[in-house]
Amino acid sequence: MKRAFPILVFLVVAFLGYAMYQALVVAPTDQLQGNVYRIIYYHVPSAWTAFLLFGINFVASVVYLMSRNAKADTIALVGAEVGVVFCTVNLVTGPIWARPVWGIWWTWDVRLTSTLVLWLIYLSYLMLRRFSTSGQTPVLAAALAIFGALDVPLVYFSIWIFRTQHPQPVIGGGGSIDPRMLHVLLINWLAFLCLAALLCWSRYRLEYMRRELEETQALEALLEPRGSL
Amino acid sequence: MKFLYAAYISTWVIHLSYVGMLLRRYVRLKHEFEELKK
Repeated sequence: MKRAFPILVFLVVAFLGYAMYQALVVAPTDQLQGNVYRIIYYHVPSAWTAFLLFGINFVASVVYLMSRNAKADTIALVGAEVGVVFCTVNLVTGPIWARPVWGIWWTWDVRLTSTLVLWLIYLSYLMLRRFSTSGQTPVLAAALAIFGALDVPLVYFSIWIFRTQHPQPVIGGGGSIDPRMLHVLLINWLAFLCLAALLCWSRYRLEYMRRELEETQALEALLEPRGSL
Repeated sequence: MKFLYAAYISTWVIHLSYVGMLLRRYVRLKHEFEELKK
């Protein structure tokens, strides 16, 4: 797998390049918004990928609470961390798109506010994992992850339930999109999923290494002769 | 166009910053492993 990693990185970077070419060159220009609408090809796939990763975090947290399986705990951590990265992209590209289209950077409507709350919940999850020294940290984090996951459907369905500044969903729910644009959107989502898979795999390996190091250090400390006593 | 470029550039800045963070963590862990072996 060590040898395959650079090839995988190359393939993912090439696919991301192809997806960007599709988004910036091949996709037709929007008649109303002009070229600025092309932000959709990064904004929407980032949100979908973040939702998927938070879903993985939720399932892994439930599994951890039921079985105390260390692998499930690691998967939960990885899902949350990479999910926060994609959610950050979504929260940054949104206002950049909103400014030329709505005339404002931000508005406190349900979709935008619930997305910000979602990001803050998972950020607090990561801070809990990073700074808490309690032995119960994985359990507390898993419980927090379950509460965080409750916000995901609220974010997703908010534009169906409430009247918001945010437009209707591009797939289902009353929204519509040109099939050529939808094709490019799905290509970009697939490319983002490949990137997410690569990041998750790297982060998982890193966490595995960290735990291995901690175990070795603990073992060394136990075996060390107590010369001063 | 400047908003479009700003969105794309900020996306890659965020992703590359995260990749950089992972690389730094990897280098530090590898160094700690080597220290432990000595």
